[in-house]
Amino acid sequence: MSGKQKKVLWRIIASVAALVLCEVVTRLFSLPKYAELIIYLVPYLIIGYDILIKAGKGILNRQVFDENFLMAIATVGAMALGEFREGAAVMLFYQIGELFQGIAVGKSRRNISELMDINPDFANIERDGEIVSVDPDEVEIGSEIVIRPGERVPIDGIVTSGSTTIDTAALTGESMPVELSEGAEIKSGSINLTGLIRVRTTKEFCDSTASKILELVESSGMHKSRSEDFISKFARYYTPAVCIGALVLALLVPLVRMLILSMPPEWGDWVQRALTFLVISCPCALVISIPLSFFAGIGGASSRGVLIKGSNYLETLSKAIYVVMDKTGTVTQGVFEVVGVHHNRIEEKQLLEYAALAECGSTHPIAKSIIKAYGQEPDPARVTELTEYSGRGVTAEIDGKRLAVGNERLMEMIGVGYKHCHHEGTVVHIAIDNEYAGHILIADIIKPTSKAAALELRASGVEKLIMLTGDTKAAAEPIAREIGADEVYGGLMPEDKVKKTEELLKVKKKGSSLVFVGDGLNDAPVLSLADVGIAMGALGSDAAIEAADIVLMDDDPKKIALALRISKKCMRIVYENIFFAIGVKLVCLALGAAGIANMWLAIFADVGVMVIAVLNAIRALRIK
Amino acid sequence: MKKIYKIDVDCANCANKMEAAANDTPGVKKAVVNFMALKMRVEFEDGADAASVMEDVKKNCRKVESDCEIFI
Repeated sequence: MSGKQKKVLWRIIASVAALVLCEVVTRLFSLPKYAELIIYLVPYLIIGYDILIKAGKGILNRQVFDENFLMAIATVGAMALGEFREGAAVMLFYQIGELFQGIAVGKSRRNISELMDINPDFANIERDGEIVSVDPDEVEIGSEIVIRPGERVPIDGIVTSGSTTIDTAALTGESMPVELSEGAEIKSGSINLTGLIRVRTTKEFCDSTASKILELVESSGMHKSRSEDFISKFARYYTPAVCIGALVLALLVPLVRMLILSMPPEWGDWVQRALTFLVISCPCALVISIPLSFFAGIGGASSRGVLIKGSNYLETLSKAIYVVMDKTGTVTQGVFEVVGVHHNRIEEKQLLEYAALAECGSTHPIAKSIIKAYGQEPDPARVTELTEYSGRGVTAEIDGKRLAVGNERLMEMIGVGYKHCHHEGTVVHIAIDNEYAGHILIADIIKPTSKAAALELRASGVEKLIMLTGDTKAAAEPIAREIGADEVYGGLMPEDKVKKTEELLKVKKKGSSLVFVGDGLNDAPVLSLADVGIAMGALGSDAAIEAADIVLMDDDPKKIALALRISKKCMRIVYENIFFAIGVKLVCLALGAAGIANMWLAIFADVGVMVIAVLNAIRALRIK
Repeated sequence: MKKIYKIDVDCANCANKMEAAANDTPGVKKAVVNFMALKMRVEFEDGADAASVMEDVKKNCRKVESDCEIFI
């Protein structure tokens, strides 16, 4: 609680005590009206003096629909009608509601900022052999900083000495620690867990990952959603409209009764109904709960590694029915891996070992994937007479055996018969002592979570999954089948992807949206063309963060489904709050006009609804 | 030119009113108030002097909500 709030709390306690005392006194003694007014003024003024002052200022500034002004009129009116208890109590409840709202909003504001508190406020540099802490803003690019275990990485850079494990949960939402050693890139915002490392900075503090993320999330509230615009417009008309309604009740109805219907005017009764209207006319419950829901949704998402650049994108994402995915790097890992060893005459492991040894000098991605599948560092000392045939492969002598590792053309060159592979991918044939020994199949493999992600997307209401790729359709089809994509388009140049997306945008239902998911490297035009562009694995890639509307910090496709679920939950809460708050207010207005609802119910319509709406909004923070 | 200012205000509707008041201030091209982050982003008209425009923005905001603060 802030100092301001504590003061209000004390005033509330004092006012409650005074009000109870007033009740006791008026029950025990029968006082004249003016004396009752005087004693009830004590709790009323304790709790309401600031509202009255603000209302006075509002009149001077011609702000008649200011809520302080409305509360002042309503309670002063009630006092004037002799409803002293109501007048004081309404002011009291109003203040309790405001206090609660302040505390709730402050708390969720703090919670959410804590989630995003990933920016350390110091960096360690070495000066004359001593480690000193400095403001990270002052560290220049290329300086060497020291990060001790338990500290947060302040600036992006490259590890120059030491090795450690780091926790990137704050950035990616992934709690699995990552191991780093010399030469590895390190992102600010992650936590150094085990070892002392030295890092040469490659960016300035303000351009580092953590600063970028913070900036992005903090400015997300500036892109307002349609629901927010609707509510602020609604509030702009609602309050004046209800006030006019109150005026009609107070003046017009009694006049009509008196002059046209020749009934008694009952001024007091109608004025009281009008005052009830004024209490209900405060728009705060509506206005607070909507941005709070979005803020909580965006905050909750960012703690899970999903950065949403504005509440408008959250709103659009929730209506997604088409999800268009790029294949390489999104559905698949975008790196080559050995997916099979076929027709091998010797043991699989042995074949991989030979192939890895033969390829040990190469940096080609294919060679790397074979060495990775072998799982050990090949010992180049075992390899002699290594000859490379460009575009074909290599031959070498290993452990006294003559090895040939390469494509069909290499096999043809050395005159060895080979077997074709029926699977899609790159095939590496191996011959030992001029005899065919089998082949290794290398392909871009699907991410382990792609299929689950596709299922989750469907469960969240996605009607169509479409896969686009620059690869051949033949290469893409098995992957599309595996994840259960409805449509797949292969052989697309970047401009073809734009065209395809435009076509899809034309056929989709009105009011629904199309989401494009890519790795953000070369699909920036499509990212911005789609209703919502999601870039994944974008950690540290400024271009992707710039082009996308939603950024997934790691490359797990399940995060797409998570983002969708977050958006749906958040929008459900937003609509619940809109309908609930407006609904209760309208019902209370109707009851108030009919004379059934009194000021007590009116204050519930104002404060109670707001409390419930705020509590509901905070639910958006927690997503399974 | 765009600038972001920290603000302090108690209620969400008041924040909306501040936004409207800021937008009605000469020299302001577009102002957006983010109540949850307590920030105001102001885009100024070309050639406007940010410091003096912000003084007017503050004055106008005080008119609609006496209990607000903009940290210029």
